[in-house]
Amino acid sequence: MVEVKRTPLYEEHTAGKAKLIDFGGWEMPVQYAGVIEEHHAVRTKAGLFDVSHMGEIDVRGKEALAFVQMLITNDASKLEDGKILYSPMCYQNGGIVDDLLVYRYNLERFFLVVNASNADKDFAWIREQAEKFEVVVENVSEQYAQLALQGPLAETILQRITKADLAQIRYYTFLHEEVDGAPCLISRTGYTGEDGFEIYVAPEYSRQLWRKILETGAAEGVQPIGLGARDTLRFEARLPLYGNELGAEITPLEAGLGIFVKLDKATFIGREVLLAQKENGVPRKLVGLEMIERGIARSHYPLQKNGQEIGFVTSGSFSPTLNKNIALGLVRTDLAVLGETLDVMIRGKAVQAKIIPSLFYKRGK
Amino acid sequence: MNPVELKYNKDHEYARVEGNVVTFGITDHAQESLGDVVFVELPDEGSTVTVGKSYGTVESVKAVSDITASVSGKVVGVNTLVMDTPELLNSDPYGEGWLIKVEADDLSALDSMMSAEEYETFLAQEEH
Repeated sequence: MVEVKRTPLYEEHTAGKAKLIDFGGWEMPVQYAGVIEEHHAVRTKAGLFDVSHMGEIDVRGKEALAFVQMLITNDASKLEDGKILYSPMCYQNGGIVDDLLVYRYNLERFFLVVNASNADKDFAWIREQAEKFEVVVENVSEQYAQLALQGPLAETILQRITKADLAQIRYYTFLHEEVDGAPCLISRTGYTGEDGFEIYVAPEYSRQLWRKILETGAAEGVQPIGLGARDTLRFEARLPLYGNELGAEITPLEAGLGIFVKLDKATFIGREVLLAQKENGVPRKLVGLEMIERGIARSHYPLQKNGQEIGFVTSGSFSPTLNKNIALGLVRTDLAVLGETLDVMIRGKAVQAKIIPSLFYKRGK
Repeated sequence: MNPVELKYNKDHEYARVEGNVVTFGITDHAQESLGDVVFVELPDEGSTVTVGKSYGTVESVKAVSDITASVSGKVVGVNTLVMDTPELLNSDPYGEGWLIKVEADDLSALDSMMSAEEYETFLAQEEH
């Protein structure tokens, strides 16, 4: 039997009466008060997530930049110290190994944050690629707990317990500063479609920090949030999930991540295939779907048109913000047109849906 | 808190018997484990259901669950209110959150179901 992993905040979750599930080998909270209530709390106030299961990989050395450039599809040469980049990381055949955040400390040190369920695979892949470069790659996942405070009131709440001038931390930038006395990496990033912060801290400080944030934000209504709402929040904001929108059989161009694929970069893993796909056109595209008939499209349900299979659902759910049933799906390019109707096959039954813009939710300025 | 007049099965569904009409629903424990119910699929009035077979689904934000018939018979009532307001399954599973009413061909299948007391013992065992 595989041992189930727990984050340093596990006991906060059990004390908080969270419902726990297995997620990629981790025993994680799926919900506290309820997915819908938690979802609305993040959209309207603020929510606190334990994302300590994410993987962190340190890349150091003279050729760190050149190495990262080879590894990812986005262009890290444009990064400055203290800035962050989102990027897919591909196989030679253009399929996706994972998507990740790239933090630049300086030209010789980058910090990569990868998905929990892919962390071991990613580390093995990255280490293998590193052999040809003058870099040292280290899996430092166990040195960090990670808390995400997300929502319109995140800055107000966090500002009370840190000297860092949070208003000066722009989206996709980071700095090091104490939060409630604990040394932290504070990053203005997130996976909810809201403003917010991701805070990396040594595991021994994490429980105290978790409690402090909940306590200091109590008046604003901050709540602990489980993976259930994390998924509905990211889904509404069209933030892709590995295993759903992304996978080894899906290219970033098909997944609608073309703006993170810089084909004008001289070289990176997967470039030839992606360049050819860009020139010839992608065979399928990610689209948004709204149910016309009653039903909820779920991940991996087939999509049909006139009885013929034309794709599949990547993610689907009731949307708490829009109060309707929507989905994302990979669909044959010729049918990936706004307004097109197609059938979601729900337990063998065809249920009609139509293609709508896939960015279901965008926060106001 | 599980009503004593109802019968229960191991899938956390209940049956309320009134004459030869049986009302189906899910238990408080079921709604609690499912979380927010957001979609309910039920058969049409006049259709038939078969004991032990799925007659519809209850979906929460994250999960799809089949619901199974406790007796065979003809559907004589469908709670259309829960189709529009699925959260009633969370707020009032034994009252307004009922699902369908079935005119039973035969009530004997109910004999193998649990009483409220037996169901509570079953729940306590399942926890461990």
